[in-house]
Amino acid sequence: MALFSKLLQKIRGGSTSAGDWQEFEEALIASDLGAKSAAEIIELAKRSKSDEIDTAITNALSAWLSNANRELPFNSDRPTTVLIVGVNGTGKTTSTAKLISFLKQNKHSVLVAAADTFRAAAVEQLATWGSRLEVDVVTGPANGDPASVAFEAATKAKAANIDYLIIDTAGRLHTKSGLMDELGKIRRVIEKVLPVDEVLLVVDATTGQNGIVQAKIFMESVAVTGLILTKMDGSAKGGIALAIERECGIPIKFIGTGESAADLEAFDPERYLNGLFS
Amino acid sequence: MFESLSAKFQGAFASLRSKGRLKPADIDEIASEIRSALLDSDVALSVVDFFIEQLKSRTDEVLTDLNKSTNPANAIFEIVNSLLIEILGGSARRIRLAKKPPTVILLTGLQGAGKTSLAGKLANYLKAQGNTPLLVASDLQRPNAVTQLQVVGESIRVPVFAPEPGNGVGDPVKVAKAGVKFAEDKLHNIVIVDTAGRLGVDAQLMEQAKQIRDAVSPDEVLYVVDAMVGQDAVRTAQAFFEGVGFDAIVLTKLDGDARGGAALSITQVTGKPIMFAATGENVTDFDLFHPDRMASRILGLGDIQTLAEQAKGAFDSDTASKLETKFVSGEDFTLDDFLAQLEAMKKMGSMTKLLGMIPGANSGAMKKQLEQFDEGELVKTQSIVQSMTPLERNDPKVLNGSRRMRIANGSGRQVSDVNSLVDRFTQAQKVMKQMRSGKGAMPPGMQIPPGMQMPQGMPQQGAAKVVNKKKSRSGNPAKRALEG
Repeated sequence: MALFSKLLQKIRGGSTSAGDWQEFEEALIASDLGAKSAAEIIELAKRSKSDEIDTAITNALSAWLSNANRELPFNSDRPTTVLIVGVNGTGKTTSTAKLISFLKQNKHSVLVAAADTFRAAAVEQLATWGSRLEVDVVTGPANGDPASVAFEAATKAKAANIDYLIIDTAGRLHTKSGLMDELGKIRRVIEKVLPVDEVLLVVDATTGQNGIVQAKIFMESVAVTGLILTKMDGSAKGGIALAIERECGIPIKFIGTGESAADLEAFDPERYLNGLFS
Repeated sequence: MFESLSAKFQGAFASLRSKGRLKPADIDEIASEIRSALLDSDVALSVVDFFIEQLKSRTDEVLTDLNKSTNPANAIFEIVNSLLIEILGGSARRIRLAKKPPTVILLTGLQGAGKTSLAGKLANYLKAQGNTPLLVASDLQRPNAVTQLQVVGESIRVPVFAPEPGNGVGDPVKVAKAGVKFAEDKLHNIVIVDTAGRLGVDAQLMEQAKQIRDAVSPDEVLYVVDAMVGQDAVRTAQAFFEGVGFDAIVLTKLDGDARGGAALSITQVTGKPIMFAATGENVTDFDLFHPDRMASRILGLGDIQTLAEQAKGAFDSDTASKLETKFVSGEDFTLDDFLAQLEAMKKMGSMTKLLGMIPGANSGAMKKQLEQFDEGELVKTQSIVQSMTPLERNDPKVLNGSRRMRIANGSGRQVSDVNSLVDRFTQAQKVMKQMRSGKGAMPPGMQIPPGMQMPQGMPQQGAAKVVNKKKSRSGNPAKRALEG
């Protein structure tokens, strides 16, 4: 791995100084992997033989990734439902738009539910995307019941036998138990019509260690099945996603890399790990 | 995990306290605990190391004195606390108003930091202080950011200058400039310019932000940052600082459980203070940032000052003085008064949030209780009282079986709920009588619903007393009175 080459050269040359290890720790910490994981990697590096360090670290990092399937499920006999959740400002609505574009490119029919009835103009934001991407958006009144919007959309998707139903929800801090309950309700209401196949938690690459608590609590209330890691086009490394995978076993499924609808990529483990410490 | 900073601090200090005499090795140990606690709270490594260096040199200086003092652990705690406050920017700072209005405030930050929501909160805050703010919609990038600002503006009755529809249409620099001109013409004394979120690495958008800045020459440029941000906080803040420059920081989403380690990093690295903090979804969930309170929060000392201020704000002076007169004149505390208190409590926001500000609230058992606290309890209690006639509210003694049945039906509760409310109320009434007559028993801790005792103390006695009440553990009323 590129990151370690400098350190490795020095180790092989037998000249690692305290300063080099400091630099190494800085790179690990700066990735948002967490202090504990960073310390483990340093331990591992110090313990390994100089010509095995690289492999040892790569193996350790890869082992933290989950073995789960990273592809979106697809049902041929009924609509596949995807619920988008996350804290405020991580890019749920933008990710929803990207997902629509991704699915449409793969020739799927898509219906969208704008179940963020709370944030001012969130429905309009999604409706704008809907008309740009030429998909129908099911909306409800501002401050209305998001579950009823989701229910209506699920009913519609089922009747028209649409391939994918994507439900965008309002951002909510995981500490607000009332709002987390509301999310559980949205899920239960959808399930009256259609099973929920995928729950994607949108996590912002700039998120710090708080991301783990977020993931745990969202898992409890809606059984998250995958992550979308957004804003990977900035300077943040997004190591928190690996920390979440390691801690909670939720696989990263997509990476968001920009503001346009095409800026969504399927998760590539190797590329991600290489970028972590660059 | 996130209460961890305060939990770890508390753990580290507890073990320190048990030691008595301190050796340099003990200091090293606690320094290393603090180091990992700070890293887990997303404080940047360079800032953590600076912090630890400072801590060590300050404790070394006073180590001999420390060991003479009766409680060296507390003395070190004080050093940590004052270091945190120093880094967080000393005392709170306010918006500088321009000598010649309008005062122009420019908001910048990453996407999703919460600029548009914050624009509304800031406008609402400034309006409440008698200003006439104007919001300018210069975020023409994100779909419907303009609409969002318009909706927010309408809800707080602050005009929004939005000549362009946004969604990629229009020139944000022109809009910002025209907005300031508009404010001058219409005599708005403050202009808040909302701009598009941008990444620190996006040179083109950074240039645009600079152009907006140069076009409106703002009196305050505020950098808006999410409290949950991780290690990238420093890099991005530096990029904005060098690219656009800013005068102060606004911390958003502080109502989560992130400890705001980024706040520490950004202030330390840029030398700029945090001016405001946003703490919830409503426009009123916004206040000046207080470094000392934030330090207390990080250290798990609770946030009593904020609690007291919110209490003062929620109880209008009429209600408070009416209650006080009643108390002094020896009149009975009625269910109507109780209802007024419940209303005031609801105005103060969620109970969980309020109770979370109490010292120790984030540790172990208390935290668990907090998590289980049923916000609906207040509403239930309220509905029972509202189902009573004025006579019943004034004199609960008349509540016989059939009246209780009617109240239960009217409020959709069980008769047992009504019974328990009346019991608890009668008990509280008795306690108040005792207090008045100087027999001095404090209301017994948890038997009374929070609705009954907390507000009582607040307007009249100040919040600090309330805490003492909470802490009181003694079963002996006389002892409790002494503690109080």
